[in-house]
Amino acid sequence: MSDLKQPMIFTANRLLDGEAVWLGANGRWVENPDTAIVSHTKEELEATRIAAERGDRENHVVEPYEMAVTVENGIAVPATNRERIRAAGPTIRLDLGKQAKQPLAA
Amino acid sequence: MYRYDQFDRDFVKARVAQFRDQVERRVSGELSEDNFKPIRLQNGVYLQLHAYMLRVAIPYGTLNSTQMRMLAHIARKYDRGYGHFTTRQNIQYNWPALSDIPDILDDLASVEMHAIQTSGNCIRNVTADHFAGASGDEVADPRPYAEILRQWSTVHPECLFLPRKFKIAVIGSPKDRAAMQFHDIGLEVRRNDDGELGLRVYVGGGMGRTPMIGKMIRDFLPEADMLAYCEAILRVYNTYGRRDNKYKARIKILVHETGLDELKKDVEAEFERIRGGVLDLPQEDRDDIAAYFAEPDFEQLPAQSEAFEKAIAGDKGFARWAAQNVHAHKRDGYGIVTIAVKGTGEAPGDATDAQMEVMADLGERYSFDELRISHEQNVILPHVKLDDLPAIYATLVEAKLAASNAGLITDMIACPGLDYCALATARSIPVAQDISKRFADLDRQKEIGELKLKISGCINACGHHHAGNIGILGLDRRGVENYQITLGGSGDETAAVGEIIGPGFGAEQIGDAVETLVETYLGLRLTDDETFLQAYRRVGAAPFKASLYPPSHPKKQEAA
Repeated sequence: MSDLKQPMIFTANRLLDGEAVWLGANGRWVENPDTAIVSHTKEELEATRIAAERGDRENHVVEPYEMAVTVENGIAVPATNRERIRAAGPTIRLDLGKQAKQPLAA
Repeated sequence: MYRYDQFDRDFVKARVAQFRDQVERRVSGELSEDNFKPIRLQNGVYLQLHAYMLRVAIPYGTLNSTQMRMLAHIARKYDRGYGHFTTRQNIQYNWPALSDIPDILDDLASVEMHAIQTSGNCIRNVTADHFAGASGDEVADPRPYAEILRQWSTVHPECLFLPRKFKIAVIGSPKDRAAMQFHDIGLEVRRNDDGELGLRVYVGGGMGRTPMIGKMIRDFLPEADMLAYCEAILRVYNTYGRRDNKYKARIKILVHETGLDELKKDVEAEFERIRGGVLDLPQEDRDDIAAYFAEPDFEQLPAQSEAFEKAIAGDKGFARWAAQNVHAHKRDGYGIVTIAVKGTGEAPGDATDAQMEVMADLGERYSFDELRISHEQNVILPHVKLDDLPAIYATLVEAKLAASNAGLITDMIACPGLDYCALATARSIPVAQDISKRFADLDRQKEIGELKLKISGCINACGHHHAGNIGILGLDRRGVENYQITLGGSGDETAAVGEIIGPGFGAEQIGDAVETLVETYLGLRLTDDETFLQAYRRVGAAPFKASLYPPSHPKKQEAA
């Protein structure tokens, strides 16, 4: 088993509404990277890629790609600024995007 | 303004029906994303970070109140209650569902609007001076030329699969308010020594990763030959433009690599071959199109307005707004209003549905039912009576649209940046918001005077940073946002590409860096009237560099 430099997950945009989604268990696309399937090895990544490409082929999602994460307290957190913004919403409009669906921190 | 004829109506309607079918086939799986992507792009549909984005064309930035109300309706019904006016005089919606887009396009078609060719490797929405038909310095209204180009370029079979996107701008006065020389083709309407109308033609301008100023390829082109000459340019580009490398595919690279003289030889040869043929523009046809842009029914008014003068004397806020945002009109007793969609701390160019409704009402009531979108992301009321300005101002104050900053440092251009855009490498809007708040004091802005600040969130330069007197380019530097400053750029008739001043700054430092630049300028300008650009051109980069990177500054050491 060869380790990846960084843990990876798969992401895409949902075909119908363009919403950012991540590949979760059982080939389901979920709306939060927290519950994405994390690959730590090349073998795991290739297996996940097959599931991600099926999502593309079956027209659930558009243009899936892999993205790096860090795992914090067992939860996948996007490693790049771009993917953090994509997972949350525009930093200038906290009332929009996925962040708007979360309760605001006290 | 131009009204659709039956052909236009049928064409746009058929195009919407076609796209509806294509969306259905995409959703059913009949079309793959590879098949569908070029189709959606040519209908203005992008896929961005959080959702699809729909870019709606506003040809040469001109629209009426019914159309503006429709833009508000779309923002409200299908999007998140706002839209973003862009540097191509278009509007973008950031959140539409793919399944709703055919309905949106149907709604747009009902008011003679569409999203055709707002993306893809084709001729994009033709832009023009936003003061067209209103400004006193105009040789002729550029919009009839832009409309003729729109008709010619829409689904022109030779121009739908160009090596890369292609942008055309038209101005009608020696003053360039449309960044014309930064376009693939730039046209300036002018008269020759015999008093005949024609066009000065520039080719090969552009921004992006390789910014270039357009080169004059024809000093005077008779009006009748406009389409033949443009088609000749497009044919040469289609033949020789590079398709092997998208970063070298724009016509500016072809002009640069081939040299203007050789390219001109090819263009002129093709032009001679096709001129006087089907692309000839007879006077009668030109007149027909120009009739759509006939002057509104202006009243004969005195040059001075008592109501206007009284409001200036009695209301400091109004006086400031009028001094900055009302521009001279060609007719006595009228003015041109810039509604700066740049409130303090707001995202440049973002307007809510309610604000769009207000602007539509103002256009309908006070400006002969006409509005414009400027490439500087503002909305223009082109023909308002001076008498009506106090009432307009009061309405704008109520709608939070009365920023008195047209042409000043907080009247910035900023692209959507990494908050929305899939191509961006850094955020633009938070930088704009920070600068907007820092320089919110109008007295300070007035003291600084005219200063064009433009921000892009990646090297593609949608925020026109190359043309900024101060340009800011957001980059990703090992995972951290970093902002590079360029100085001395200009998008006016003295067009210039800004020069990189030195190492970039972090998100926390870029605001301070802009403050330093402004303070340096204020300290070295010769008179209060010497603008930032004039001062920069006089003294060069050295004093600004010295202020930004003093010997003890870590950036200085980094640069060493």
